[in-house]
Amino acid sequence: MKTNSTTIKVDYLARVEGEGSVFIKLKNGVVADVKLKIFEPPRFFEAFLRGRKYSEVPDITARICGICPIAYQMSSVHAIESAFGATVDGSLRSLRRLIYCGEWIESHMLHVYMLHAPDFLGYDDVLQLAKDYPDIVQRGLKLKKVGNDLVALLGGREIHPVNVRVGGFYRVPDKKELQPIAERLKWARDAAIETVRWVATFTFPELDQDYEFVALRHPDEYPLNEGRLVSNKGLDIRVREYEFSFEEEHVPYSNALHSILKGRGAYFVGPLARFNLNFDKLSPLVQEIAKEANALPEIRNPFKSIIVRSLETLYACDEALRIIEQYEPPEKPFVDVTPRRSFGFGCTEAPRGILYHRYRFGPEGAIEDAKIVPPTSQNQRTIESDLRNLVSTYSSLPKSELTWKCEQAIRNYDPCISCATHFLKLEIEQE
Amino acid sequence: MTARKPRIAVFKFASCDGCQLSLLDAEDELLSVAELIDIAYFPEASRRVKNGPYDIGLVEGSITTPHDVERVREIRKVCRTLITIGACATAGGIQALRNWKDVKEFIRLVYASPEYISTLDRSMPIGSYVHVDFELRGCPINKYQLIEAINAFLWNRKPNIPTYSVCVECKLRGNVCVMVAHGTPCLGPVTQAGCGAICPSYQRGCYGCFGPMESPNSPSLSRHFAEIGQSKRDIMLAFRGFNAYAEAFRKESEAHEG
Repeated sequence: MKTNSTTIKVDYLARVEGEGSVFIKLKNGVVADVKLKIFEPPRFFEAFLRGRKYSEVPDITARICGICPIAYQMSSVHAIESAFGATVDGSLRSLRRLIYCGEWIESHMLHVYMLHAPDFLGYDDVLQLAKDYPDIVQRGLKLKKVGNDLVALLGGREIHPVNVRVGGFYRVPDKKELQPIAERLKWARDAAIETVRWVATFTFPELDQDYEFVALRHPDEYPLNEGRLVSNKGLDIRVREYEFSFEEEHVPYSNALHSILKGRGAYFVGPLARFNLNFDKLSPLVQEIAKEANALPEIRNPFKSIIVRSLETLYACDEALRIIEQYEPPEKPFVDVTPRRSFGFGCTEAPRGILYHRYRFGPEGAIEDAKIVPPTSQNQRTIESDLRNLVSTYSSLPKSELTWKCEQAIRNYDPCISCATHFLKLEIEQE
Repeated sequence: MTARKPRIAVFKFASCDGCQLSLLDAEDELLSVAELIDIAYFPEASRRVKNGPYDIGLVEGSITTPHDVERVREIRKVCRTLITIGACATAGGIQALRNWKDVKEFIRLVYASPEYISTLDRSMPIGSYVHVDFELRGCPINKYQLIEAINAFLWNRKPNIPTYSVCVECKLRGNVCVMVAHGTPCLGPVTQAGCGAICPSYQRGCYGCFGPMESPNSPSLSRHFAEIGQSKRDIMLAFRGFNAYAEAFRKESEAHEG
């Protein structure tokens, strides 16, 4: 907050996860500076993980984010298993995919219906939206609940599930236990199609940049837990090579580290990147609905991420049903691992994009060093460049409208500034 | 004219967001709850801001920066009733693990430019800075306990939140005791109920999300852990988790240091 009369504190930007602010400086109508500042208090996970046992890691890293704890648990267990040379396949691998589908449904539907759609329709929040569109909001809540209930069934509860462990699960369901949720997933699949059709009718502000999209790519499936890291500009590396290609920068105005592609700069992770790079791996039903909605790769307008989130929700329902149909309980709920002095790398597709973990273990399996790169720190640079472009395009709009558009543009990324008082102050300074 | 709806505000400090998310995760109840109360300040869900005073303030997260100390004092002034939600707000959270370390070293480990970071040496619960009317436990909280607590304060009654141990819930679920039957270390005997004994139901030991129960006998449980083969360090780590800085757990982990 500045006392300078040319700085205007316009509004709070809400409906994102975390505490931050946006600072935009205009000189004679031209954008001079854009800063996405994150002043969320640091919690030092990478530091206090040191000395903890490998078996505690999935429970601890889950606490980085209450909205996508499965993502943190999955990147953790994959990194640990890669360190100890363990392979988790068959039904256990499928169950991991299944619980991740639940998290995608829950997280995407929270964002589409409760956090993002109100922007497109001119409402402050979902409760206001519900007054005019009760049936649509009820559909969204019910869809979200199916995702949460799937996570709770496999994980014990929806937030910070307790059942994921290194090597698999503590307890696995039998076939019968999955049947009731399968019935509800069939409903959810239809509701997700309706959701795609609904959001495709929205009006999308203009924004189109030549982004570098980065996502996992797997030879056989739409990426969740495994794959190579690829981009539309030639990146194609193994997960363990991540730190050769990417680096983190610490800027003075933010408590979140900015991640950049070495020598190239900003890049884009999340639903749009996954979709553009892996469209061919979506199920036929999802491809068909995407065509019908005229949402085909390469989609470069980040405002259209709401359509892609809805399509990914449809995919998650479809994929969950496929997994349940083919499910045979494994002989044992987990495979044994043997700790050793080692390095491990893991990267999975959180709802918001790739989530990278790297650990170093001592001989007994205690953590000596940890590095965690969440999706939002990877998107920060891209969010800033979006704002720069958006403000240039729409600089003639009244300030309140421009502000709302900027907020909406930030929410395109569903940023999870992971958790402090949720407000983003938006400042626009004009000279 | 109808009576004014009670105003509720949701505030957040250092945390993962999961506890306030519980309100949005009450999919079946959310719209009816919103009929009865005015959600006046809830930035996670709405860009609309109504100024205080508020009838109930729900506070998530722990205090970790000088700025947040000031902020929580301001929040206390505008809330008639202040309820803390979750392990961060009631015990300092997992980030309270810094309380046994040199935070400057932590900053150096995570950030390239430590001079940009402003933080306190300790992560502390809300109650160490301001008066708290009720503490809801859990990492995360139980959404039905949250609805019960809001309801109770709106009707001026005491929330019906049990303070007995997880063991009671575990027996009610008909579980076989994982510690007796399998020798799995379990914090259930000293941890407050509220989760529904989910860990033992998924064949693992409780890891203490809901913090210490009323008058826990932690030393006795530690002795039992040692008998079933847990090392001193294992016992220290078991108590030094998501409620590490809650007094009973803090003392017990410190007794097993070194």
